[in-house]
Amino acid sequence: MTSNRGTPNRTPGERDATQPQVRDQTEPSSRQRDPKAKIRGGGRELGIVIALVAVVGAATIARPSFLSAQGLHDLFLNASIIALLAVGQTLLVITRNIDLSVGSVMGLTAFLSGQLFLNDKDTPVILVVLAGIALGAVCGAINGALVAVAKVPALVVTLGTLYVFRGVDYAWASATDVQQVNAYQMSPEFLSLGSGSVLGVPNLTLIALAVLAVAAYGLHNYRAGRELYAIGSNPDAARLAGIPSGRRVFGAFVISGGLVGLGGVLHAAYFGTINASVGTGEELSVVAAVVVGGVAIFGGSGTVVGAALGALLLTTITSALPILGVPAFWQRAVDGAALLVAISLDRVVMLRLAARLREERGRRRAGGVP
Amino acid sequence: MTATRPLLELRDVHKSFDAVRALRGVSLELHAGEVHALAGENGAGKSTVVRIIGGEHRPDAGELLLDGEPTRLRGPREAQRHGIAVIHQEPTQFPDLTVAENVFMGRQPLRAGRRIDRSAMRARTAELFDALGVPIEPDRVTRGLSIADQQIIEIAKALAAEARIIVMDEPTAALSTVEAERLFRVARRLADGGAALLFISHRLEELAALCQRVTVLRDGALVTTAAMADVDRDTLVRSMVGRDVEQLFPGRDHEPGDAALVVEGLTRAGVFHDVSFTVRRGEVVGLAGLVGSGRSEVARAVFGVDERDAGTVTVAGRPLRGADPRVAIAAGLAMVPEDRREQGLVLDLSIERNATLPRLRAVSRWGVVRRARERAVAAEWAERLGLRFRRLADPVATLSGGNQQKVVLGKWLATEPVVLIVDEPTRGIDVGAKVEVHALLADLAARGIAVLMISSELSEVLGMADRVLVMHEGRLTAELDRAEATEETVMHAATGGRS
Repeated sequence: MTSNRGTPNRTPGERDATQPQVRDQTEPSSRQRDPKAKIRGGGRELGIVIALVAVVGAATIARPSFLSAQGLHDLFLNASIIALLAVGQTLLVITRNIDLSVGSVMGLTAFLSGQLFLNDKDTPVILVVLAGIALGAVCGAINGALVAVAKVPALVVTLGTLYVFRGVDYAWASATDVQQVNAYQMSPEFLSLGSGSVLGVPNLTLIALAVLAVAAYGLHNYRAGRELYAIGSNPDAARLAGIPSGRRVFGAFVISGGLVGLGGVLHAAYFGTINASVGTGEELSVVAAVVVGGVAIFGGSGTVVGAALGALLLTTITSALPILGVPAFWQRAVDGAALLVAISLDRVVMLRLAARLREERGRRRAGGVP
Repeated sequence: MTATRPLLELRDVHKSFDAVRALRGVSLELHAGEVHALAGENGAGKSTVVRIIGGEHRPDAGELLLDGEPTRLRGPREAQRHGIAVIHQEPTQFPDLTVAENVFMGRQPLRAGRRIDRSAMRARTAELFDALGVPIEPDRVTRGLSIADQQIIEIAKALAAEARIIVMDEPTAALSTVEAERLFRVARRLADGGAALLFISHRLEELAALCQRVTVLRDGALVTTAAMADVDRDTLVRSMVGRDVEQLFPGRDHEPGDAALVVEGLTRAGVFHDVSFTVRRGEVVGLAGLVGSGRSEVARAVFGVDERDAGTVTVAGRPLRGADPRVAIAAGLAMVPEDRREQGLVLDLSIERNATLPRLRAVSRWGVVRRARERAVAAEWAERLGLRFRRLADPVATLSGGNQQKVVLGKWLATEPVVLIVDEPTRGIDVGAKVEVHALLADLAARGIAVLMISSELSEVLGMADRVLVMHEGRLTAELDRAEATEETVMHAATGGRS
């Protein structure tokens, strides 16, 4: 990185030419603020919160205990792991990439936790957590290398590794002849990591919030974070701006993989039962949460907070459906419907924004030509 | 001219892309305080020079020297680190990010902990735009900004990078006179401040007014480097083209026939407004105007690719209903789009398949394409167009730019159109192929096809067109017949003057 923090004093002559200039009337003036364009990011989070309030409100009317302390506790607990994965996925989607292998990586790392405890029931919790993160990061590095170095589209790479990682998971289970690892085989400290809480807030939620805060802060305040947005917004321009796109995308895959690894360990700690099929189909929920959360699927815009809220909304809908008398088998359909609504909304907003920008320029031109 | 060591020097640089030799022994010196013009026709190798200086390409042979030191630039980032900034022909913005972020991407001012100092970034962006005399809101996203404003952002980027070697690749192509003047003031100030500028433009007056020296390229080779004061316009044009301009264009004299394409009151909100014109059989009508004036958009709306908000399009006496390219093709319209790679050709398909794509039905029986028939039709067109190829089954990507353009033309001519719309028919193809494309267009007109030609190259418009329509900011500002149309009258109308 360059460290040219000085002011652009290369052109000393600039300052004295700052007298206001009379602009040609025909020129498009850009001084006008573009309120809608600015609101868009925050608008989505607000929309999700409104949807959340509506769902929770409806469920609470049907069953008042939905909004009790225990009810809220459960809502956040259900959303925590998926939100964690959604944060990682957001890093990738922002850069116009995607990771479909998250479910398999989660399964693999959850299974690793079980294996570690089968090997030694007193394995320190921190070691299990770090091992899970490391294995997830390795999986992410494999995906990232194939995408960033071999230049294979992420959709294809991670569809492939979705099966490969799951295959490794099953092969491992069969080679060690472990069908299932149960709670009694794990250390009590590990299980309390999954089920415990601090001041009524579940541990898993605290972890997810911490990761969310770090990711949100990093994306907003560090060059590398902004460069992820730049890569997704215009890959060619990113290359011309000297952004090391390959390295950044690789890094995003590794970080996302590490978060998925953490998610797998937390899954093991929370459920206390692990087999080789943990996390199957999880990738779709994660991508749905990210898209519902307002992260543009073609990159360049969206926030991790939005994605986490998207995860919370989808899991809350899932919890609310049975209370509202909707049979459980409708849950998937409702998830899909939420996804379609979110994408359609994005499309409508984009079209209206484009139309408005065109009109604005048309007015300037019409005003400029006498 | 300065006797100091040049900030940047190219020595005998060669560069090939596949079979195309883009540069053949180009040398160039850029001195501090100098604005240096790089002139040459499209396809002469100017963009390759720009890319090599910008670190995007590495020379096959020859060397690049910075401050007298031979340097190998391994990428755009390294070029930037050496103080090189390239302002590209097409601005390269991040549409989702704010103006300030665009200006400082990769070099944001930092505060404690290597965090981005947003308020400093915003303030400095505002400062830069003040210095440039352009009010652009630092906090808005760049999506929806005009090309002129995007260009200014590119310049602000170079200033923010404290660049000392600044390459401007046709920065004025999309600017009005006022905006171009503003740009020149900025360019002169940069040079006075000790920067070296390489300036590319097709408007020769600009080069004469702004630059101290000029380097001319033709077909990838260096023709000459001279002091601007020592060359007059005609010498410059001759060295660019390599022959007198008049010979470039086929002589044409015949009477136009009936109206083939009548456009009335065509409007697309915010893009163009109330555009009316007629093209007759056997006539070549040029549609001129600066980039962004709405030329291509009018063509797209006529052809039905874009919706029309108001107005009618009539082809050979029959009004077109709705905006639908299939209706337009059926009525006898054909369009060769601006970007033939993106819109006109399927590069991986064979020459013959590309040539017959728009009329697969004519070479098919019961929905199955008959290879022999396809080949026969394609061979016939290749012959008529003078196409140079190895096998008709080769992918189109293997052809040179000029020959690709001929395939696109052949593809549409196979539909036997009444009206042919060509958008930038000779962009990026070499001079020889250009002459052939021009001859082809003249030949088509002589056979009674009505040709509407959109072109940024003034010489092409003036050399080819029987009549010239000029657009400015979405409106038709002039209709000039062959006698009236000169570089001055067209540019006057293209920059907003009314005739």
